[in-house]
Amino acid sequence: MLEIRQLSVRYGRAVQALRGVSLAVPAGGVVAVLGSNGAGKTTLLRAVSGTLPLHRGSIDAGDVTFDGARLARRDPADIVAAGVVGVPEGRRVFGRLTVDENLRAGAIGARDRRSRTAARERVYATFPRLAERRDQRARLLSGGEQQMLAIARGLMAGPRLLLLDEPSLGLAPRVVTQVADVVRQISAQGTSVLLVEQNAAMALAVSDHAYVLALGRVALERPSAELAGSAEMRRVYLGEAAWNEHEATPTEREASGTERRPA
Amino acid sequence: MSNLVELVINGLSLGSIYALIALGFVVIFKATEVVNFAHGSMLMLGAYVIAATHGRIGFPAAVAAGLATAATVGLLIDRLLVSRLRRRSHTALAIVTIGVDIVLGAELARRVGTEVLNMGDPWLDHTWRVAGFTFPVSRLAAIAVALVLIVAFAALVRYTDWGVAMRAAAEDAEAASLMGIRLGRVSMVAWVVAGVLAAVAGLFLATFPSPGLSATASTTALRAFPAVVVGGMDSLSGAVVGGLVIGLAETLAAGYSEQLLFLGRGLGDVAPYAVMIAVLLWRPTGLFGTRELSRV
Ligand SMILES: Nc1ncnc2c1ncn2[C@@H]1O[C@H](COP(=O)(O)OP(=O)(O)OP(=O)(O)O)[C@@H](O)[C@H]1O
Ligand SMILES: [Mg+2]
Repeated sequence: MLEIRQLSVRYGRAVQALRGVSLAVPAGGVVAVLGSNGAGKTTLLRAVSGTLPLHRGSIDAGDVTFDGARLARRDPADIVAAGVVGVPEGRRVFGRLTVDENLRAGAIGARDRRSRTAARERVYATFPRLAERRDQRARLLSGGEQQMLAIARGLMAGPRLLLLDEPSLGLAPRVVTQVADVVRQISAQGTSVLLVEQNAAMALAVSDHAYVLALGRVALERPSAELAGSAEMRRVYLGEAAWNEHEATPTEREASGTERRPA
Repeated sequence: MSNLVELVINGLSLGSIYALIALGFVVIFKATEVVNFAHGSMLMLGAYVIAATHGRIGFPAAVAAGLATAATVGLLIDRLLVSRLRRRSHTALAIVTIGVDIVLGAELARRVGTEVLNMGDPWLDHTWRVAGFTFPVSRLAAIAVALVLIVAFAALVRYTDWGVAMRAAAEDAEAASLMGIRLGRVSMVAWVVAGVLAAVAGLFLATFPSPGLSATASTTALRAFPAVVVGGMDSLSGAVVGGLVIGLAETLAAGYSEQLLFLGRGLGDVAPYAVMIAVLLWRPTGLFGTRELSRV
């Protein structure tokens, strides 16, 4: 369904954020992308959703296709119309709009305008908390509710592939479990998911297949179940910091030393 | 007393014209973050087309032509300049609009020359007498038309797809484009709507008690700038409130300038700026805005 081949992305002239990344999301699948801060996860999603130009980024090699159609370098609105919708890192709901208006904004990119009401009813059925708060301004929602709204808003356009960027960021463990349930539900309804996460336990629990990004490259790629308990996984990603202390090469130290950028 | 009532009506009328100018200015700023310095000449262009064509095609058709021309110029500025330079800084774009303003304003001033053009409106200097008060019909028409346009505009912003898209994009352009909202279309409609509002304002600024359209019309429009600042750069309701406040302040200060002579002459011209500075000292973002002028 989604095919990313040998993708390289840079910001401006100096920053090479992705180097030859290849990745595939099969129809109906949930694929996780793991990696530490600055590994290039968000950049990968921006390349798919067409929002790199908003960050002075560009694709300098490789290709992104969705059901055979090229997505690379297309307009974000065309990509949404093709059936690929992104939920940005840090929720980014429209705080001054009501919950209902946020959902309406999410439906603007939909191809079929008549299906909007149906989409809204379906979304409210999936997220009853949002239905209760439909006329409230989004900034008054709790962090967990805002994350649910961000996902719900993304579902309004009726995507066939949903891109989720760190949906568990800053949420309490109980709410992270709810997010995981929502991902499973979305997948069960037939929408494929590309899930970017730092919470490896959650991501591996809900996904079929997982990739680990490090320094803009795919460091590891396995079925999620296999990766969940593997020593390799611990070495490449989970235990990277501890491991680095003893035997890291300079480049790897750089990888884990990247600071999280402020939102 | 009758003087006060008449002044208030005149003030509200001037204020509603300022509100139309301010609304156009704010909607462009919200949708594109561009400060449109060409707003005054868009306004004057609309008024000029009405003045230049009403003799041949009649007043209603001339108004339609004036609105359409101003809207087209808004569209052209958006398509030829804003959409191409969007990725550059907003400061660069603001400077480009200064360039447009200079070129368009100079050409219009050259065409009008030293004349004062009649707008061909049906209100002339007719007045309406009621309960001992006298109101110029053109002022009442301005209030009525502005009210209709403001309500229509509010409905557009609140209920249409474009309105939701514009408010979403104003808050977070990247998140909006992830939803498939076309930022280019949001911007285009904003420029067209602003052109229409400016042309209507231009018409009423050049009707009674103004003697007609003169070469200085585009600078008269700059008086709406304090209205924008008072209301807040990014607030549509602020634009309306700011317009009314400034219109009232200007008219009342001019009307009572005899009694207020101790404050100096030309009080009507100074009052809008005095109000603006007072509001800025109290609230740097304007009454309803979220952005400080210095950060724009
Ligand atoms: N707008 C930008 N301009 C320049 N460099 C950028 C920009 N955005 C990201 N980068 C750089 O690209 C690299 C990858 O960043 P990216 O945001 O994709 O990482 P990430 O894996 O999503 O990290 P995080 O877990 O912190 O969200 C980093 O080195 C980052 O500094
Ligand atoms: Mg990220």
